[in-house]
Amino acid sequence: MLISKRLKPRVSKTDVLSFYVHIPYCIKRCGYCDFNTYTPNELLDGASLEIVSNDYIDAVLLELEAAPRDQVPTIFFGGGTPSLLPAKDLGRVISAIKARNGLTADCEITLEANPDSVTEEKLAGYLAAGFNRISFGMQSAQPHVLAVLDRTHNPANVKRAVDMARAAGFNSVSVDLIYGTPGESLDDWRTTVTEALSLDIDHISAYALIVETGTKLAAQIKRGDLTMPIDDLMADMYLLVDQMCNEAGLNWYELSNWSKPGHECQHNIAYWKSANWWGLGPGAHSHVDKKRFWNVKHPTAYKQKLFANESPVAESEQLTDEQLRDEAIMLAIRMRTGLALTSLSKQGQDNLQAYISTGHVVISNSQIQLTAQGRLIADRLVREALG
Amino acid sequence: MPAISLAKAPQPAATNPAQIRNFCIIAHIDHGKSTLADRMLGITEVVDARNMRAQYLDRMDIERERGITIKSQAVRLPWRSGIDGQEYILNMIDTPGHVDFTYEVSRSLAACEGAVLLVDCAQGIEAQTLANLYLAMENNLTIIPVLNKIDLPNAQPDKFAAELARLIGCKPEDCLRVSGKTGDGVAELLDQIVAQIPAPIGDASAPARALIFDSVYDSYRGVVTYIRVIDGRINPREQIQMFSTGVRHEALEVGVISPEPVPSKGLGVGEVGYLITGVKDVRQSRVGDTITNYQNPTKTPLAGYKDPKPMVFSGLFPLDGADFPLLRDALDKLQLNDAALVYEPESSAALGFGFRCGFLGLLHMEIVRERLERESGISLISTAPNVVYRVTLEDGKEFVVTNPSEFPDGKINNVKEPIVKCTILAPSEYIGTIMELCQERRGTMQGMDYISEDRVEIRYTLPLAEIVFDFFDQLKSRTKGYASLDYEELGDEEGNLVKVDILLQGEAVDAFSAIVHRDKAYSYGVMMTGKLRELIPRQQFEVPIQAAIGSRIIARESIRAIRKDVLAKCYGGDISRKRKLLEKQKEGKKRMKMVGRVEVPQEAFVAALATDADIEKIKAARKQD
Repeated sequence: MLISKRLKPRVSKTDVLSFYVHIPYCIKRCGYCDFNTYTPNELLDGASLEIVSNDYIDAVLLELEAAPRDQVPTIFFGGGTPSLLPAKDLGRVISAIKARNGLTADCEITLEANPDSVTEEKLAGYLAAGFNRISFGMQSAQPHVLAVLDRTHNPANVKRAVDMARAAGFNSVSVDLIYGTPGESLDDWRTTVTEALSLDIDHISAYALIVETGTKLAAQIKRGDLTMPIDDLMADMYLLVDQMCNEAGLNWYELSNWSKPGHECQHNIAYWKSANWWGLGPGAHSHVDKKRFWNVKHPTAYKQKLFANESPVAESEQLTDEQLRDEAIMLAIRMRTGLALTSLSKQGQDNLQAYISTGHVVISNSQIQLTAQGRLIADRLVREALG
Repeated sequence: MPAISLAKAPQPAATNPAQIRNFCIIAHIDHGKSTLADRMLGITEVVDARNMRAQYLDRMDIERERGITIKSQAVRLPWRSGIDGQEYILNMIDTPGHVDFTYEVSRSLAACEGAVLLVDCAQGIEAQTLANLYLAMENNLTIIPVLNKIDLPNAQPDKFAAELARLIGCKPEDCLRVSGKTGDGVAELLDQIVAQIPAPIGDASAPARALIFDSVYDSYRGVVTYIRVIDGRINPREQIQMFSTGVRHEALEVGVISPEPVPSKGLGVGEVGYLITGVKDVRQSRVGDTITNYQNPTKTPLAGYKDPKPMVFSGLFPLDGADFPLLRDALDKLQLNDAALVYEPESSAALGFGFRCGFLGLLHMEIVRERLERESGISLISTAPNVVYRVTLEDGKEFVVTNPSEFPDGKINNVKEPIVKCTILAPSEYIGTIMELCQERRGTMQGMDYISEDRVEIRYTLPLAEIVFDFFDQLKSRTKGYASLDYEELGDEEGNLVKVDILLQGEAVDAFSAIVHRDKAYSYGVMMTGKLRELIPRQQFEVPIQAAIGSRIIARESIRAIRKDVLAKCYGGDISRKRKLLEKQKEGKKRMKMVGRVEVPQEAFVAALATDADIEKIKAARKQD
């Protein structure tokens, strides 16, 4: 095949390769979301999901042929809403990767799921297809916050979904939360975190809401219909979730992620450790041996390219040593393991030393680690670390 | 036809002084001087219609864009009088039109026997024009009052004829009425110049004496010096001498402008033209100096020579520190053409390396800054302008302070500051507004006269320091643009002045120190600390901002510590985007100035030092990007 000739590497330099699989479909677009996802109606007037996703997996499998053949430690299905697609469709991708590259013994395979769109049968199917980790988009326990986020699910469905997943046999269950929604108070957020921690979960991701240009939310804020909370409240919300998670035995291991021991998301850790991964699907990014590249964004264009035997890659960049170093610092500083002091320039080390007395940074065993206060200004600390 | 072809006209160095008329045009910006000059070039046919362009004599882009003349020029116009049918040579000497260049104006006037007082008959006379008119009268020039723009629908020639008549003591019907735009009345004006302005008088056999009324640096020819011969002759290939410096040069080329330079066999009594000696720096050919013959020098120089004296100082710093050498080169180059510009290197803890520059006034400062930025492509920060203070300590030691950060610390006996006499012309409905503004600025009223039934001349003395910041902008905006301003030096006066420092985290920021009247120190402190609180981004620690006189704090604000500076999410697809953002921020960090541990973006300095009018300009520029 043409694309496999163009993108040659048979095996990467690191011997392992993670896979991200993008499922670019949602039933409805949420007001804050700027992800590369489409409702069936946006793709084809009046079409159902089955029609638009019909040959999508075929295209993904064609793209897979271009990837190196290293063994696979993690696969992550994100979106969009991967749980909209039936287990047999997603299972085709897992099987193909397994047959072609082979999976490691403890390979982590994650499904992002909408709490509304899962049933016992579907969950059993996903498990049978090879999934062992599931992450539910909970976002908030407060209906008025969910309404501003434009989310459709009923908060009560989250507990039902988590329990069903556990019953079905998922090894790791996670929920995603969002804080800093317009109108959300610190108490609202406390309720959400309390609710999340009462669930039978192993992992929480909590993100500050980012207003992305071009979204409905951005327009509402621009018009003055909604007001973003001040940074100080956002900071308090972060400190609160961090404290509550740690007290509940979910330890922070990355800036926005907390887990029970052994339930850290290995796939995301691969990103933060600048490992090799391949993103399948429209708009998906890949990183293989110091090169980053990403696919054309629109699902239709993506399919057309692949069915015409063309590469779906839209752009790529070869990272310079300086860029690699900057990325490594930028990513590692977000993790509990932190940064090796020796990986920094003298200037960078001196700069960060100044943040010890202010309580933003601690140094232990020659590793620089951020305190909760430090994590709140991590981007600034990255600039300091770069010297 | 009253025009004479150049070839048949009386030739330079062979023109009887009785046939020569030397005149200038005194007018305010916008009153149509350049258009009238263009029309004169056309009607005398020294420029044919094919080669005509608007504002023919304005050479620099800045002059054309702003509609002002920065440097003067002289054009030789042959003309056959419609009154007596005789041939004449008219030398039109263009004068700069701004208060900052009063000295240059006075030298241009000294090269003439008469002046055309040109007034827009929709607007009436302006303060600057009035000041130059008085200068012309002091020089005993014959004044020909002319109302321009009679073609405008809102022209009020009768009203302003009466105003002019009252000012110069003529009859309203003596005012000529012209339209530079349509050409109406321009031929009659040329005839009246011949009829009314006296011919130059000089001694052709005396040792040569010529007045330098302008000198311009030309990158091909070196300095081109504009001269008016009073006595004797200036000939090419002769040795000439500058009276003030005694330096000798060879006259490589002598000629006239008509309106392009034309070499001639020399310049005789009463003639106006140019001289090239090969010098590379206008400071060697100073306006007001006397040129004489080296072999046969004069003993008595022409009166009125002065060294230009800077009145206003400001620090100029490149936005990007790496541009410092470029800025130095640009200043060196500009000085070749601007004898009034002085500068010396300065280093500021906040702004890095730059130059403290002295200017004749605000317009001069603005023009220099604009030319530096335009001609060398460097972005500049300028500190708030200040005047020259004379500080005497209790022990009798004296200091001349041109930079607030050099204000002495010891016990001060007194501080003197320059005072100016200010003349403001405005419609009488704005009297109250103008008085209010002048009182706010420590002015003392000296008098007021009606120059016509609804226009007044208001006279104030004011500290120059009060004018250099945004007085002119304020005056214009509070009078809807109708008021005009002129000022002249009156000497120094003692003032109750103090230095206010602005401290960031306890550390004084030199760029923000100011010398102000004690009564205004508090409001300056509150204004500056408030401005900085808005402009400086939150840091990882709390930053107190204080205003202080010596060790006494008079105002304080604080910037709360930043709590959050992080993007919570960073997965596969975010990495490139985030790294690019980081690369941008790294660039941005280079543009940050460190004050102690406080990062201050350059924009904050620019905005804090800028006036409201500047900020509007910055906003407008950003919109265009």
